[in-house]
Amino acid sequence: MVQLWAFAVDMVTLDFGDSLWQRRPAVEVVFERLPNTLLLIAASLAFAILVAIPLGAIAALRPGGFLDRLTMSIGLIGLATPQFFLGLVFIMVFAVQLKWLPTSGFGTAAHLVLPALTLAITPLARFTLMVRSSMIEELNQPYVRTARAKGMGRARILRVHTLRNILVPFMNLSAWELIVALSGYTVVVETVFAWPGLGHTAVQAIQRGDLFLMQAIVFTIAFMTVFITLLIDVASKLIDPRIKLN
Amino acid sequence: MTLTVRDLHVAFETRGGRVNALRGVNLSVAPGETLGIVGESGSGKSVTAQAIMGLIDLPGRIEAGSITWNGKSLLEGDGYGTSVWGREISMIFQDPMTSLNPLMTIGAQICEVLTQHLGMTAEQARERAVDLLAAVGISGPRRRVDQYPHEFSGGMRQRAMIAMSIACNPKVLIADEPTTALDVTVQAQILDLLAELQSGLGLAIILITHDLGTVAGLCQRVAVMYSGRIVESQSVDAIFERPQHPYTQGLLRSTPRLDEPATRLLSIEGTPPSLMQADDGCAFRKRCPIAADACKEMPPLVTEGAVQIACHFPGRPAWQARQAG
Ligand SMILES: Nc1ncnc2c1ncn2[C@@H]1O[C@H](COP(=O)(O)OP(=O)(O)OP(=O)(O)O)[C@@H](O)[C@H]1O
Ligand SMILES: [Mg+2]
Repeated sequence: MVQLWAFAVDMVTLDFGDSLWQRRPAVEVVFERLPNTLLLIAASLAFAILVAIPLGAIAALRPGGFLDRLTMSIGLIGLATPQFFLGLVFIMVFAVQLKWLPTSGFGTAAHLVLPALTLAITPLARFTLMVRSSMIEELNQPYVRTARAKGMGRARILRVHTLRNILVPFMNLSAWELIVALSGYTVVVETVFAWPGLGHTAVQAIQRGDLFLMQAIVFTIAFMTVFITLLIDVASKLIDPRIKLN
Repeated sequence: MTLTVRDLHVAFETRGGRVNALRGVNLSVAPGETLGIVGESGSGKSVTAQAIMGLIDLPGRIEAGSITWNGKSLLEGDGYGTSVWGREISMIFQDPMTSLNPLMTIGAQICEVLTQHLGMTAEQARERAVDLLAAVGISGPRRRVDQYPHEFSGGMRQRAMIAMSIACNPKVLIADEPTTALDVTVQAQILDLLAELQSGLGLAIILITHDLGTVAGLCQRVAVMYSGRIVESQSVDAIFERPQHPYTQGLLRSTPRLDEPATRLLSIEGTPPSLMQADDGCAFRKRCPIAADACKEMPPLVTEGAVQIACHFPGRPAWQARQAG
């Protein structure tokens, strides 16, 4: 009981003890590496979202059409490809063969491109498939017919009317992808590209049996997961006035 | 300034086969006129309205015919339609619950018509939206304009739809069963509102309904649809006095009337023919008591003065003989 209390106090004061490996407070290591991970995730999810929404919307305009099938096929391949494999292929092609980008490491914007792209592929595929199917559903809603009868063009209907209606489920999926990236995907991608983020650090901590650092990392990720979930609830309420917060 | 539909054919390519929903619809609406369209379920009333508003989607296709506004075709993909729809010709729908975007305020949905078609600024549009809500009888319009559809009752949503549809002072308003989804008391209010707007704004209204009573109260002219065509069209008074087409006669016979002692309501026996089969004859002939050999050939829609009729034996009483016998 006393131990549990002491543990709780440590958590609240962010006192996780010293990292055995780095010989400094574990929190310090976490706060040093976390921004790198967040940068990587932000870049990849932003890219995924910005590409997925127009792609899914265009595919939804003509379900079963050429663009729709193309998007669907690429989406399914994207979902099925493991990230470490994709990362290695990207390194082979863009870094080793074409020498456009560095193979790994950290520092410049060029270093960010390949890991962010690798991390973006799975969410990009999932976002695109989701935007497509919910757009198809929304485009069949009677309010879309009303908007068309008002003389609104296709672009405006997609941008203003239907997008708003898929935003809440889309945000929930994005939050989920964000959490999955934080707690899993970054471990793979950061390791492949030697990106000095939290995921890479976690692997190193495990290899060195650094329990205190590991604990600090897990706690941080758990805390962020809760925080993201709360944030999404509030944002959903802002978009859809029918949602009641509990 | 007239809306003209000529020989309109619309078909839907469905899994079960081809549905010929419209098989030569002809109609026109004069300025300020109120035209009622009546007919059985599935006769093509809604499809006609949708075709006029450019709402026919795959698997549906306009196969033949023309729809013109001021002599210019609405069917070309040259953007003429989007400049007319919502501005000069607008439409309200049956279900006001789902016909409004649930995540946009009522005001925003009215304003987008004004900014798009009339180039108003956001502030101008908002002021006009408030005025429009007041004009359709919504109290507290300044507060209401920022509310969402779920904060409105069914009748108020239909009022908001009407406000939206008259925002740009249209010339024609198409109302597809605008009161079917509403309470009876609210129905009367909405119809009163439409009548008021019609006389106040000089609006032409196309009112689609099942209810001949509504037609008698609101419309000047009626078009009767049967199986994808208009079979009869004349003034309301005349059609109640002297229905020409046997189908119209049957329809009136099966409608309760207040000025006659309540007798048994007589329905028309049989069902309309399937829209899947191509048929060259009069679609009503299988149910028509006075059908003859001539009816195997399609009767054209003949205009005689203010009366249009598609029957080989117009005006011949179809049912009395049987009733007596
Ligand atoms: N999207 C569609 N796909 C397939 N068939 C359709 C479609 N829309 C309409 N139809 C067919 O077209 C025919 C005419 O339909 P329409 O909705 O115009 O009838 P209506 O006269 O409005 O009937 P109601 O009084 O029930 O509203 C029907 O047989 C219907 O099955
Ligand atoms: Mg209908």
